[in-house]
Amino acid sequence: MITFSKQQLKVPEMSKPVYLVTGGMSKFGRSIPEKRTEELVIDSFIEAAEFIGKTPADLKRYIHSCYYGHFADHFGDQLLGESVIHDRLGLDPLGNIGIKTGGATGGSTLWEAFKTVASGYSDCVLAMGWERMDEVPTDEGNHYIASAADKDWETPLGHIYTGYYAVMAQKYWQVFGKEEESFRKTMAEIAVKNRGYARMNPHAQGPMKITVEDVINSPVVAHPLRALDCCLMSVGASCAILADEKTAYELTDNPLLVYVAAGSHTLRVADRRDMDIPLLPNETPDQYKDLGERFPGGDRYPGFTGFLAARMAAYYAYRMAGVVDPNKDFDLVELHDAFTISDIQSYEDVGIRPYGEGRTYVESGDCYHTNPYTGKPGELPANLSGGLIGNMHAVGATGIMQTIEVAQHIWNRWAEMHGDDKKWEAFGREKPADWTDLQVKGAKRGMAISHAGVGSHVTSTILVHPDYQLERRQS
Amino acid sequence: MSTEARGKVRVEGGKYRLNGKFHYAFPNDPIRNEEGELMGVTNPRDVTHIHMYGGEAPFFENLSKGKLLGTKCENPDCDAHGSVFVPFRIHCPDCLWKNTIVDMTETANKGASVHTFMITERTGAFNTLEKPIRFVNVEFEGVSTILMGYLPVGEPEMGMKVVPIFQTKSPTFTIIDLAWVPQGTLESELPEGFSFG
Repeated sequence: MITFSKQQLKVPEMSKPVYLVTGGMSKFGRSIPEKRTEELVIDSFIEAAEFIGKTPADLKRYIHSCYYGHFADHFGDQLLGESVIHDRLGLDPLGNIGIKTGGATGGSTLWEAFKTVASGYSDCVLAMGWERMDEVPTDEGNHYIASAADKDWETPLGHIYTGYYAVMAQKYWQVFGKEEESFRKTMAEIAVKNRGYARMNPHAQGPMKITVEDVINSPVVAHPLRALDCCLMSVGASCAILADEKTAYELTDNPLLVYVAAGSHTLRVADRRDMDIPLLPNETPDQYKDLGERFPGGDRYPGFTGFLAARMAAYYAYRMAGVVDPNKDFDLVELHDAFTISDIQSYEDVGIRPYGEGRTYVESGDCYHTNPYTGKPGELPANLSGGLIGNMHAVGATGIMQTIEVAQHIWNRWAEMHGDDKKWEAFGREKPADWTDLQVKGAKRGMAISHAGVGSHVTSTILVHPDYQLERRQS
Repeated sequence: MSTEARGKVRVEGGKYRLNGKFHYAFPNDPIRNEEGELMGVTNPRDVTHIHMYGGEAPFFENLSKGKLLGTKCENPDCDAHGSVFVPFRIHCPDCLWKNTIVDMTETANKGASVHTFMITERTGAFNTLEKPIRFVNVEFEGVSTILMGYLPVGEPEMGMKVVPIFQTKSPTFTIIDLAWVPQGTLESELPEGFSFG
């Protein structure tokens, strides 16, 4: 049993508030042979500048330092790729640094950018993420991804990351899913939902109009996960501009407060040791006393069923932003749906549902834009972008894309950014005849979760409209 | 491609002594679209890395001798004092003392069971295991961690009792020299090159 010290559990205190000013993203695809990475990066930067009515040159004049999320040097076959991008963006001689935390790279890039502004080092920064995963065939891509597991203890076992992940899925499926057919259908519903929302997103790589049966009948990848339960492998870029209050209001009249916190856990799942569940503000010490009785095997925390890193990211971020109950305090979320089952696991780690009850977030209809059972707005819509399953997982860009998607709802500009016929045409994609405006009406606060591997790094990025701030919590 | 001259390494006097080829260069090819326009080039290459096990070397050496090693924190002042680590950890994750190496073979033979598992037909490039791969995560009595491995014989189930087997006849000196089989498996049923140690 391991424990954490008071110092380690301190709620982060920043020297000044930090604002999200704007952001943008490129088209996403499995391969984009017609463009170099720098072209995609520039596409996303231009979108961010135009979003606030600036030229790229105007916006660049405000930037003081740059944070680049690019996970896999070997995918791009270019060491110091950050330096190439920095030069092509014409941002020399500003200080810049590359950030790499696997699938959480985008979120971690925002974390570094956030701390830089909060510390006073820079008044305005660029957080830019990208990934180029089309330079090798898929099986070599899988080997490269598997290199993010322990090279001596895990990678030689099949060179397939899904395998290291699926053992956790299998355990969750048995303990909390009780291997029920109804749980299998709930997982499939997430894939249907996210691919369906991706149909409304011109940037999205994997839009599909499918049914639960289609998911359940798709090829098995690793039982109980099937091909349509899994996220995409992508190419693309996304960026965000963060600034202090004065600079933010010089650039736009509508910046959003941003809070970012991070957690971690062992790279090898094998190394996890037992501990008590760190509680979120909407949980009590007593509520998990009978977890093992309700779900035999579920009392071993985090075991192979929970993500401590996600729990800790939420633990710090909720207290920084004053969030008590994510269901009530947020209007929407973008979660790291690498697999349908890990999406359900995340609901519990971030307190949308108590441990063991994640499935009810889907089964209640709360996770939808419009609750299919009541016809009313979903209580907390999730992954309206299409998520990693329907939109993209261009690793270094993912956490930034999620954050910008949430922001566009709070800015009440989702339809403008997703419905523009010119954008659909420019991306060479056909806008569906039943295109639907997924704007969450009156959205004031939201969160994006960026997650690495089997839970080695997770960040929570919270966005808050400045007129709707919550009271910071000390404990 | 001949690999006869494939690079080999020895360490002598604390220095690497290299023999043979460590990389093979190939010409690149143009990549064109339907119109015949140049889009890019292929960049083929073949490299051999030189990778040191450091303090974990005894673990990989002993697999070839039919032994499963773990480590133990023996710092009396550490919260994790007495914790046994499999996977082998050179240093205690709490106090960072150098752990003591312990032989876990007997413990594994007596009381190992499958905590969770998965079966996959899909692998990445460079995989050498036979498909489908049955991954098993194995827990032992008195060990605070859960080791990942594979089950080349039988079908996995949670809670199933398993015993370790070792690639003792033609070891690769990697983690795939260790595998697990259901308790009661006969020596004649083991994959080629493996034994109970």
